[in-house]
Amino acid sequence: MTRMLLPLGVFVALVVLLLAGLQTADQRQIVQSPLIGKPVPDFALPSLHDGQRTIERGDLLGRPFVLNVWGSWCPSCRVEHPLITQMGREIDAPLVGLNWKDERPDALQWLSQFGDAWDFHIFDNPGGFGIDLGVYGAPETFLVDHTGTIRHKHIGPVTTESYDDLVARIRRLETEAES
Amino acid sequence: MVLLLSLSAFAAAQDSAIEPRNFNSETQEKRYRALISELRCTVCQNEPIESSNAPLAADLREQVYNQLLEGRADFEIRQYMRDRYGDFVLYNPPFAGHTLILWVGPIILLLIGLITGGVMIRRRRRMLAERNSDTPS
Repeated sequence: MTRMLLPLGVFVALVVLLLAGLQTADQRQIVQSPLIGKPVPDFALPSLHDGQRTIERGDLLGRPFVLNVWGSWCPSCRVEHPLITQMGREIDAPLVGLNWKDERPDALQWLSQFGDAWDFHIFDNPGGFGIDLGVYGAPETFLVDHTGTIRHKHIGPVTTESYDDLVARIRRLETEAES
Repeated sequence: MVLLLSLSAFAAAQDSAIEPRNFNSETQEKRYRALISELRCTVCQNEPIESSNAPLAADLREQVYNQLLEGRADFEIRQYMRDRYGDFVLYNPPFAGHTLILWVGPIILLLIGLITGGVMIRRRRRMLAERNSDTPS
């Protein structure tokens, strides 16, 4: 009997280990951003609509904002577009677009075709700011507080399930800024 | 000879996604190859940036290359990637609390196996010895 118990115990332990692994695999698939709690990286990039105008990190600080990474080449960005539009209408905080690794004419065409609910867009064609933000695929949405600290990151398209959570988080950052 | 060398270099550049690069030294090239083979292409889940055709992988290779030319050390380049993409970007996870089981686990399993094997062999030997002494010769 004891001879059977040892292999059985090992087997059960293995099953428990693998089950635990499976359960966390869902979360691990999403690369946790090491940037949460860190300041938004420094940048100075042209505006998408006006290439002469430079937008810098300092321009964004003072109130919380949403930084939404998108590109006209990105199919999922079209999927989330209606919700981003809704977000732009619903929240007070600025909705900033980071047009990432895109061509200016393509991006402008995309916006005029689908609608532009963002307050303004940062144009990052070389993609360096995206790399500094740890972006690995558009769309990604960052929530930044009034001090310029990244507080939340949503990877992939905003869905109806994640929308309410994101808006609630933005509201919380807004009240935090007021107090 | 020169022609042959340049031909083989051309062939080497052709059979991978890597763009041709100029290095200051052979060690620098070796370090470049090693680094890009141990950094994960985060968009493709299970491919190093070395062999990926994803635009982001190309950008990250560019980063590694430029930083090597700037004279940054391997650990600095790894840290640069970790700061942005987390441990996930490294194919060799760091030795830390949450990865302890990853590193120590196999060694413990091996030890358990060795001990179990040793005990069983000893037990069988004793049984055989007892049986031999039991049988009258």
